[in-house]
Amino acid sequence: MARDVIYRYDGSFEGLLCCVFESYDRREIPAAVLSPDDVQTTLIPEREIVADAAKAARVAASIPRKIGAGAPGFVRRAFLTCLPGKEREILLFLRLGYRYGPQVMNLLTNETVHTLSRAVEFLDRESHLLKGFIRFSEFNGALAAEIEPKNFVLPLLAPHFRARFPEERFLIFDRAHGAALVCQPHRAAILPVEGLELPDPDERERETRALWRLYYRTVEVEGRHNPVCRRSHMPKRYWNCMTEFCDSEPTGSKNPTPKDKGREKGGLPFICGF
Amino acid sequence: MDLFDKLKILTDAAKYDVACTSSGVDRAAGRGGIGSAEACGICHTFAADGRCVSLLKVLMTNKCVYDCRYCVNRRSHETPRTEFSPRELADLTIGFYRRNYIEGLFLSSGVLRNPDYTCERMIETLRILREDYRFCGYIHAKAIPGADRSLIERLGLLADRMSVNIELPSHQSLSLLAPDKSKVSILGPMGGIRDGIRQNRTELVRYRHAPKFAPAGQSTQMIVGATPDTDYRILNLAQGLYRNYGLKRVFYSAYLPVVENSLLPAVGTKPPLLREHRLYQADWLLRYYGFSADELLDPQHQTFNPYVDPKCNWALNHMEAFPVEVNRAPRELLLRVPGIGVTGAKRILTARRTASLRPEDLKKLGVVLKRAQYFITCNGRSVPGLRLTRDSILRALLSARELDLYSRDLPWEDAPQQLSFFGGPGPEREEVRKWLAT
Repeated sequence: MARDVIYRYDGSFEGLLCCVFESYDRREIPAAVLSPDDVQTTLIPEREIVADAAKAARVAASIPRKIGAGAPGFVRRAFLTCLPGKEREILLFLRLGYRYGPQVMNLLTNETVHTLSRAVEFLDRESHLLKGFIRFSEFNGALAAEIEPKNFVLPLLAPHFRARFPEERFLIFDRAHGAALVCQPHRAAILPVEGLELPDPDERERETRALWRLYYRTVEVEGRHNPVCRRSHMPKRYWNCMTEFCDSEPTGSKNPTPKDKGREKGGLPFICGF
Repeated sequence: MDLFDKLKILTDAAKYDVACTSSGVDRAAGRGGIGSAEACGICHTFAADGRCVSLLKVLMTNKCVYDCRYCVNRRSHETPRTEFSPRELADLTIGFYRRNYIEGLFLSSGVLRNPDYTCERMIETLRILREDYRFCGYIHAKAIPGADRSLIERLGLLADRMSVNIELPSHQSLSLLAPDKSKVSILGPMGGIRDGIRQNRTELVRYRHAPKFAPAGQSTQMIVGATPDTDYRILNLAQGLYRNYGLKRVFYSAYLPVVENSLLPAVGTKPPLLREHRLYQADWLLRYYGFSADELLDPQHQTFNPYVDPKCNWALNHMEAFPVEVNRAPRELLLRVPGIGVTGAKRILTARRTASLRPEDLKKLGVVLKRAQYFITCNGRSVPGLRLTRDSILRALLSARELDLYSRDLPWEDAPQQLSFFGGPGPEREEVRKWLAT
């Protein structure tokens, strides 16, 4: 099977399904599948895969039929991950799936299945963490939040926050991917958004933030101070979008400072209680 | 007094309660409502002590008529006193909830005037949230011991989870330190909640829309290290609570001296965090791994080994049960292998349906091979080059720091985490040797 070709697709999930179609049509496995964002020049010839709704639909319909009911969800989530080269891994996974059938989901020790499962786990974990770590602010009755996730989690966050706030107008802006989830009662959409500056908070908003910071600082039991444990549960890259860490008002001595470093050794993990 | 002062005082007074989970109930808001609850629970942030913050955990009031010696809110303790009005607290909860700071409310209270009055104030807060705001988020309410049964029932219909704290693991300790409470006054409401949940279940079978009584179950907490109760006693009590009272969770709280009292460890004593950690590990083994308390400890060994976790300790004492063949062993045996957790066991069961597993495959399945390798075989073969004596395994499992502690004769007080402050300076060297000896 020829491998000396690179597929260039349009970056959409349907486009990727067309690459799978092409791969079977030509009886070849591409050396890489690149999206328009991948600016990479190699000596291997590239082929433009034109997205075709009919071809994509044929592949999409075959996935649950041939690989089982769990496969479409798995592949869609794999497409949202930040795994480098995820397109080719998905293509290889689907090829495995057409060969083994629903059993492919159990091939946990297969390199491709393992790689994709790990990436999907990371995506699921990150979206779960963000369900807790997202901080909204109120502006004129609407709620707005900013995030900087590694994976494209907005599609996974949408059902959660729509169930949580069925009657609210709210927006979650993903700075890292330039997209926003925009919701109002009974309507929701994910839109590309480039720059977005949130307005200054009003008096009431500032007061609620200050109350929250006060609560956050007070709830610590000082005799159990354990910053390592905190960081392992809540990695620092989430902190700059969280009210308790990032607001301009000083947050007092509990704010992480380089001084904390000396006290970080010897901490025990605390069981977070689910 | 403004809202900031109230929040500070009443958070400070409630923070020693360990429970802060929001799990066990799945629900979405109805029309015109706000909020949802997810069965898995969501942590919204982690405090600098590494504990998760999921709920707004406050007291309704810290004015209390009781005088429990270990408690910061006891009557005889001089401290600023205040209370939330039900409306104030409900508004604060909604304000935090809308901004996704919290998953809901954890409401406890000092006993103001009498248990019934206190309970009514809590009910009013929850009523405002559930009826006026149509709030569908998580609410955990502390049952007030001594309150009328009908009030507890009303509270349980508004809350998702209820709890009564055992506080101290034995009757003697309780009468010594909490003279106003008794075993009966704690187990009474606990049994009441259990019966409420049971009865509600049969009602739900008959009437689908019967209101749910504490659908996320009940929990409790025990203070560890304020009294000479042993791990053996504490774990057996926890097991009894899971079996007889149907509790969802038992929390353990390393005693942190916050008040000076001749009956209690001195202020400045370090909390026995390692001991608490071992109890949580053992608690997990009870709930998810099919262990029973008397497998982990017995009257001759009443204290957990400080060097290895309870599961490892059990395995080292039961080498006859190993090695376990990963390609054939049933789930319950896999779960007994150190280094294989609930997820690992599940993945092994899934993966071995399609392919025979080799040691290098296990890493991909999330098995901690460093620990598991001594206790397993893959198709009859173990990892080459392993010396399978109890002592060599133990040496391999201990960290450099622990080995160092063991080999040098360090005084235990200097160890980073003190095991326990009563009964002298922790485990004696000889006692540790006994654990380590075959």
